[in-house]
Amino acid sequence: MSMYGYLFRRLLGTIPVMLVVAVFIFLMLRLTPSDPAAIIAGDNATTEQVAQIRSQLGLDRPMIEQFVIWSGRVLTGNLGESFFFKKTVAALIGERIEPTLSLALFTILIAVFVAVPLGVLAAHRHGSWIDRIVMGFSVLGFSVPVFVIGYLLIYLFAVYLNWLPVQGYQRISEGVGGWVQRLILPSVTLSVIYIALIARMTRTSVLEVLSEDYIRTARAKGQSERKVLFRHALRNAAVPIVTVIGLGVALLIGGVVVTESVFTIPGLGRLTVDAVLARDYPTIQAVILLFSFVYVMINLSVDMLYTILDPRIRY
Amino acid sequence: MNAFKKVILAATCVGSLTAVASPATAQTTLRVVMHSDLKILDPIWTTAYIVRNHGYMIYDTLLAQDEKGEVKPQMVEKYEAAADGKGYTFTLRDGLLWHDGKPVTSEDCIASIKRWAIKDSLGQKMMTFVDSINAVDAKTFTIKLKEPTGLVLLGLSKPSSNVPFMMPKRVAETDANKQIEDFTGSGPFVLVKDEWKPGDKTVYVKFDKYKPRSEPASGLAGGKIAKVDRVEWRAISDAQQTVNALSKGEIDFIEAPSHDLLPTLKKDPNVNIVVSPLAKLQYVFRPNTLHKPFDNPKVRHALWYAFNQEDFLMATIGDENYIRPCKALFICDTPFASTKGMDGLLTSNAKKAQELLKEAGYDGTPVMLMHSTDLKTLTNLAPVAKSLMEKAGFKVDMQSMDWQTLVARRAKKDPPEAGGWNAFLTAWVAADVMNPISTAYVNAACDKASFGWPCDEKLEKLRDDFARETDPAKQKAIAEAVQQRVIEFTPEIPVGEYVQPVAMRKNVKGYLISPVPVLWNVEITK
Repeated sequence: MSMYGYLFRRLLGTIPVMLVVAVFIFLMLRLTPSDPAAIIAGDNATTEQVAQIRSQLGLDRPMIEQFVIWSGRVLTGNLGESFFFKKTVAALIGERIEPTLSLALFTILIAVFVAVPLGVLAAHRHGSWIDRIVMGFSVLGFSVPVFVIGYLLIYLFAVYLNWLPVQGYQRISEGVGGWVQRLILPSVTLSVIYIALIARMTRTSVLEVLSEDYIRTARAKGQSERKVLFRHALRNAAVPIVTVIGLGVALLIGGVVVTESVFTIPGLGRLTVDAVLARDYPTIQAVILLFSFVYVMINLSVDMLYTILDPRIRY
Repeated sequence: MNAFKKVILAATCVGSLTAVASPATAQTTLRVVMHSDLKILDPIWTTAYIVRNHGYMIYDTLLAQDEKGEVKPQMVEKYEAAADGKGYTFTLRDGLLWHDGKPVTSEDCIASIKRWAIKDSLGQKMMTFVDSINAVDAKTFTIKLKEPTGLVLLGLSKPSSNVPFMMPKRVAETDANKQIEDFTGSGPFVLVKDEWKPGDKTVYVKFDKYKPRSEPASGLAGGKIAKVDRVEWRAISDAQQTVNALSKGEIDFIEAPSHDLLPTLKKDPNVNIVVSPLAKLQYVFRPNTLHKPFDNPKVRHALWYAFNQEDFLMATIGDENYIRPCKALFICDTPFASTKGMDGLLTSNAKKAQELLKEAGYDGTPVMLMHSTDLKTLTNLAPVAKSLMEKAGFKVDMQSMDWQTLVARRAKKDPPEAGGWNAFLTAWVAADVMNPISTAYVNAACDKASFGWPCDEKLEKLRDDFARETDPAKQKAIAEAVQQRVIEFTPEIPVGEYVQPVAMRKNVKGYLISPVPVLWNVEITK
């Protein structure tokens, strides 16, 4: 099968996945004990007022009818209108994409540029104190929750040293300096777990490759240790590392929810939390669909990358 | 130069250039964090407090209560009661303008009153007395009554949700069950719609053409002078981060700092904590009168002996500086506060409660008590109630859930085993529970009453009497009678009051003592 054929088949495969996600999310929201109308109405509202709002939102209609209306709209590209914000969900998502993308990009860049060299170094100095420190950091990075790291970094760099702002986000259009400044703490916070994950995987993969014959050959040819490590070992160990990075990007979706809340970044993670707390069904459904789509696409991209990194892999 | 140094240098240059490029203006901006994010903009459509606070930024009211709770003219120059008590004539002040520059007229106010009265419970009650509302001219209108009532002044000066905010006629004619989409007000600030980003910030700018009253500001009355050019409501959801941001000067004001973080703020030399005696909240226990065991008033009455207020207050607020044990149903230190009938109640007399339960024939039916777990000031209420009720002989099935699930569940009339409930606890802002008409849980109009649906003719008769009465002394006597009937019938139990301080940077001055947080009169000094 040609590469394009495989790609086409995988893209087709996303349709049933998205369909299952859509049905699942729709049912989950409707079957959990919640009522957006009661939340919107407020504490002083009477039962009658709640019922009126429920009717306006169409929540008093049979569940199947609600699903048909919603899925029909989604198929035509209409994600609906938020119950709360009086804005279309598409507009809400549009406003929130930049902060989340910025945070994700910074996080992955920091994670890759720190973790890969650390992993290679740990493998190269296998069994040494450097290896132990890297692995110790890795265990710590996995174990400490994101919000704890966030608060510690805030206390140190924002409150105590006064180097960076405590919270908030500045759009890139309002100045690159402020944009970078406000992203440093959240992305470092969020990257800790990915540094731990990627460094560990890099170490294991490189360690495995370092015992291969071609590495011995490269060394025997007199290649420098740096070339041996980064050109020969790392390149051949890249497939599992890329898989982990791909997974990391997908898992970032969960990470941004907490990080955006702690650092007051108005991104998709914060939107998700707000929408869930307010039981804003159209927004929750759209955001989860979007996240699922991104997840599927990242997996597909990683599979495609395999063929570039390892010419032996063909679909 | 190595690569790392180059990156640092580049970032520093970019940062410096950005700083240099920032426009230098003399504009003053007040950056505040309110108690929640603003998601809805129609203060008549919802009773949510954050929307009410937004309403006070951009709208004005015909009448308003000062810091003593007295009704004062606000948008009106004067109001006159008819000699027979069956009506009022209101005359608007000169120079009142909408944010679009058009004059405020009687027709605008009439449409606004009508829309408010469709949604608000006090407004609905008021309208049962109203015969007609008519414009006399562009600045004068009359309210004709079928019989005298004190509800017109009480209603039009209502300080909390739903507040009768005035809107242009074209906006006020929107179906009361649909949200408005035009946010033109006549208040001291103008909403910058393009900068309203839920989850991020809401921005208001000073309305230059606002004509404040000449009297000094007092409570919600008097001259509303916008002393800053711009107000930004920042949406910071994390309590600790809010405090960090205030300490660092990234924000200027916090409307509702968490009580457990107040000691941290107190230590900060750049921060002031202001306690407004009017900014109180009242905790209440609400039984559902539809289902066993609380369908029996005698069983409910035993709760008055089971509970004591100190336990609830210390478990939730935990600081004696901010708790206010108060047995009065209608908020201590307000006009209708009284302790009549409260002797021996709310003292955790378990023995007496057990005797009452026995007399009531309580058969051990478990009480399904809803426990909200995610709102800090409410979380510990239900466990305290459970403990005190069990000591009194109740069987309690406490079920934990997030507040929004509780909000959804309390609207269900089903029995507890079918997804309904028996009891929950919540907090009311004092301004909402200061008289028998606006206090939602005293409404005993069966299906038309709030969640819990109490049904009691005597209580409704007393509330009607209160509505008809215009003499404050007689109103007070009726309010006391209402309190005594509430003790007998028990549609709710007040389990203590507490104050909610605000925190602000030391250079923020002029914050008003008011039942509702308002930001006019507030200035930033150097």
